[in-house]
Amino acid sequence: MISQTLLVVLAAAPLVGALIAGLGRKQVGRAGAAAIAIISVALSFALSCVVFYQLVWGGAPVFDGNVYTWLEVGKLTIGIGFLVDRLTAIMLVTVTFVSLMVHIYTIGYMRDDPGFQRFFAYIALFTFSMLMLVLANNFLQLFVGWELVGLVSYLLIGFWFERPTASAAALKAFIVNRVGDFGFILGIAAVLYAFHTLDYSTVFANADSLSGRTIEVVGGHPWSLATLICLLLFVGACGKSAQVPLHVWLPDSMEGPTPISALIHAATMVTAGIFMVARMSPLYEMSTTALSVVLIVGATTAFFMGLVGIVQNDIKRVIAYSTLSQLGYMVVALGVSAYAAGIFHLMTHAFFKALLFLGAGSVIVAMHHEQDMRYMGGLRKRMPITWITMWIGSLALVATPGFSGFYSKDQIIEAVGESHIFGATYAYWCVLLGVFVTSLYSFRLLYMTFHGKERFKVVHGAHDSHDHHQGMLAHAPKESPWVITVPLVLLAIPSVVIGWFTIKPLLYGGWFGDSIKVLPAHDVLAAMAHEFHGPWAMFLHSFISAPFWIAVAGFAVATYVYLFNPALADRAARMFLPVFKMLTRKYWVDEVYYNLFARGGIKLGRLFWKGTDVGVFDGAVNGAAFVTERSSRVLRRLQTGFLYHYAFVMIVGLVLLLGGLWYWGLR
Amino acid sequence: MSNWPILSVLIWLPCAGAILVLLAGNARPRLARWLTMAFTVITFALSLVMLSEYQAGPGGFQLQEMARWIPGINSSYHLGVDGIAVALIVLTTFTSILVIGGAWQVIKDKVHQYMAAMLVLEGLLIGVFAVMDALLFYLFFEAILIPMFFLIGVWGGPRRVYATLKFFIYTFFGSIFFLIGLLYLYHKAGTFDLPTLWALPLTFKEQAWLFFSFLIAFAIKTPMVPVHTWLPDAHVEAPTGGSVILAAIMLKVGTYGFIRFSLPILPDASEYFAWLVIVLSLIAIIYIGYVALVQPDMKKLVAYSSIAHMGFVTLGLFIVYMLARQQHDVQMAELGVQGAVVQMISHGFVSGALFTCIGVMYDRLHTREIAAYGGLAKVMPWFAAFWVLFAMANCGLPFTSGFVGEFMVILSSFTANPWIALFAAYSLIIGAGYTLYLIKRIVWGTTPTKEAAAMPEINTREGLVLGAFAVAVLAMGVYPWPLMHLMDSSVSQLVTHLLTSKLG
Repeated sequence: MISQTLLVVLAAAPLVGALIAGLGRKQVGRAGAAAIAIISVALSFALSCVVFYQLVWGGAPVFDGNVYTWLEVGKLTIGIGFLVDRLTAIMLVTVTFVSLMVHIYTIGYMRDDPGFQRFFAYIALFTFSMLMLVLANNFLQLFVGWELVGLVSYLLIGFWFERPTASAAALKAFIVNRVGDFGFILGIAAVLYAFHTLDYSTVFANADSLSGRTIEVVGGHPWSLATLICLLLFVGACGKSAQVPLHVWLPDSMEGPTPISALIHAATMVTAGIFMVARMSPLYEMSTTALSVVLIVGATTAFFMGLVGIVQNDIKRVIAYSTLSQLGYMVVALGVSAYAAGIFHLMTHAFFKALLFLGAGSVIVAMHHEQDMRYMGGLRKRMPITWITMWIGSLALVATPGFSGFYSKDQIIEAVGESHIFGATYAYWCVLLGVFVTSLYSFRLLYMTFHGKERFKVVHGAHDSHDHHQGMLAHAPKESPWVITVPLVLLAIPSVVIGWFTIKPLLYGGWFGDSIKVLPAHDVLAAMAHEFHGPWAMFLHSFISAPFWIAVAGFAVATYVYLFNPALADRAARMFLPVFKMLTRKYWVDEVYYNLFARGGIKLGRLFWKGTDVGVFDGAVNGAAFVTERSSRVLRRLQTGFLYHYAFVMIVGLVLLLGGLWYWGLR
Repeated sequence: MSNWPILSVLIWLPCAGAILVLLAGNARPRLARWLTMAFTVITFALSLVMLSEYQAGPGGFQLQEMARWIPGINSSYHLGVDGIAVALIVLTTFTSILVIGGAWQVIKDKVHQYMAAMLVLEGLLIGVFAVMDALLFYLFFEAILIPMFFLIGVWGGPRRVYATLKFFIYTFFGSIFFLIGLLYLYHKAGTFDLPTLWALPLTFKEQAWLFFSFLIAFAIKTPMVPVHTWLPDAHVEAPTGGSVILAAIMLKVGTYGFIRFSLPILPDASEYFAWLVIVLSLIAIIYIGYVALVQPDMKKLVAYSSIAHMGFVTLGLFIVYMLARQQHDVQMAELGVQGAVVQMISHGFVSGALFTCIGVMYDRLHTREIAAYGGLAKVMPWFAAFWVLFAMANCGLPFTSGFVGEFMVILSSFTANPWIALFAAYSLIIGAGYTLYLIKRIVWGTTPTKEAAAMPEINTREGLVLGAFAVAVLAMGVYPWPLMHLMDSSVSQLVTHLLTSKLG
């Protein structure tokens, strides 16, 4: 049995840590804040391992219980509670482990920052919020966690709040996420409409009842209720997991400190959408239309956002676009009902992408907060641990046979190949070509950063923050301290081996049990199970498979262009200028959104305010007052004060009255 | 304990306090402040006694008091509260303490009069929520205008004369229609006693006329689009305390009127014309959101935001007929009404807190221009933290009070009609837009001037006031169940009452 107390402690520990670190500014101090936050998250990690153990090896049953009642109206009750099954357990361990690594890393990365304590409070609060999301046993709590992680993301993107770009990026992230949540809350409302409850257990148990049910949103056009629910919920996933067309906030979120790019904008929060859809698998299985939409959106993101990564020069932005693309792969897996494969890639990606971001952070620290790769180069000798671990992370990312990313991504590509739902062919080409793209930008990053000639100059006496010339460094870059390198190493280990050990149970062992539901007709993983003969066979087989050679092609191109013939890249950019421009401008999506929604919204607001509100509504009020005043001025003249005027009016009145009476009387 | 007239004490104690405070005179502002504080604290404590004596389980109107008042016209001094009224009274007494605390050293001129006006206002507001006689309700409803008139007119900003006149005449204009409606009801029923009026059968034509006469009064008070334009002007000119009371409690008087008069007395006309109120509510949520986005004045921005948030209250109240009568989904109808009332309480805390925050800034730089501020997070970090918290509550972040009511109303409106939910949920986007755009400009960024960079951090008094608001906002967001439990039976009884047609 998993005890409820244990779960409460697991979830609440980071919250307590965050409160103490954040509110007790003077009392606990910088070191105290860091220690408390780290201890609280370490406790959560330890308890997550206990839960994982109890559930997987200890034979404990699935936990589903409420801690307290949050809402009660009539017969409807919604609680704050926990659902702990294997899907939850794997998320718990992944989230708390990466979070713990990032906490430790932060000690080094944020050492000189005046906001050190605030930062620890935020990331501990984030861990709490993410745990709430993952542990939820109903849609309300899911939404609570969903929005709270958005809040912390907002606070952390805008962490350096004096930078205009940071606060703008934070605002953008929150609003774009709110567009997603707009759909999400409607999806939850639709669930309540359909099932009259928000508890997972009841909803999932009755998911079949959706079959054939319709709702008439537009008169005369009955829509499938299942499709409507799933699509609305997926709008939320698009926001949080940064899928096209709501992807625009994630690249800008790189304004935040690098540890949170690793934790929130790569490993955990952005995967909430993937987790959510996997959690809702009983609902998504009811609608192939929704699955097709999921598939097409994911495939589009996977390929086209990867392309943008090729032309970025900011080291973090390359990884950010890579994250978009990899999230696309996960979403593709969901679209073909290979939920387990999506979660599997989520887990491996959490390790190697956190590693890549933290590695990039290590580089950034060494480069005195220079992020432009055009001013790097040749760093491998100066920071060997970062160099090697970054290579490991990249090899995992490009799905080098044997590495963790290989097992997860290869299975997704194969699953798409097996699928026959609408959009599967398009998606297959996207994910296949995406392999080339991934390989190209990954090796480009490695070469531009660690290899080739040093493109920076060390100028002693130059000060970092003030006379900041690009490529001028005050001190030579050197390897980061142990608090930074140890997390890199600890993340590098699972990046290599975790896929090998977990692929068989996760994908083919029915490991997820009842927590993920797939209809037999959609079950591509079951079809693939016949061809699966263990990780070793898969490793050997990969050398005669298409994805491997496509990745090699990307490697070859990157190596030739960025290692041996750097001038070629510029020539190519000039040759294909329209394409190059399209990619550097990110398909002009930001410009369109900015003009349409931000500036358009302001313009509309002005029109409403000055035009309708002040002009019409208030104008009518003031107009009425004006007319009253004017007419009373006119009427006042009647009050002349002369007796004969009044007498005259009285006589006229009397004559009219009598005349009227006489006239009407005659009739 | 149960036999003493606690509601009367709650109404008249602050008014008696006001007289004492006035007697303290202009020369002794310290005495006036402490006396006022003592009276508000005692009143708050008494309201908690009332809360504990009210039995939420059976619901209904409890703690009733009845005395002969004007027997000639069958109007009696009839008091009584249900769960909704209890919640609103506690909101009033709680907010009053914070308003007095907030005005402590800020009001320097005629302190005793200011404090007395506040006390009278508190008593009258409690009266509005506690009466069960229509004429008495009307008296309290109107009498509120008087202390408010003085608060804005005496301690207000430069355009206070325009604002007070507009505020007074505008709302008074609406009330006249309300009075005419009441007189007609008296003519039919021969009494002003509310329970009799609730049971009074009326033809559809009568209901329709009365519906519009009530609608004009309550729509102006709430305020609803398009009769909302007095509110931004009144807020801008009102002193901080006046704004807090206005936003936190006075606006609720309008929607409380819908709950006590329009819905139960005129259920059939309310059902027939519900679409009108729903459309106006949705316009308030979206259209006013855009207007708020472009306000250069902080107070106007929050004032417009109040109008948008009150849209959720009217929406939640008027979808009840679609749900309960047309779709026979009483459960969802209760969710909507409950959500509306929760939103009333929550908006009290959130808007009160936001206006207090603006007051804190105004006390330092004497301007409400957004452009004059910036970088609060650096200059006043604790204050900035409060700002961000209340801003998040204003855009309905879960685990703050602002989320609960909106969530419930959106959820239930989907069942009424998905399109209503779609437009209502747009508030998630536009609400976050105008609130966080404000935060971006005042809390983040850098300080625009030397004065803005030299603003002192909030002192203990300000910290206590904001802290109390913060506790309320968070407690209600994390654990709203006690509040819902308090009102659940009353809401359910209201919805049951609405199910029966009065046309028969």
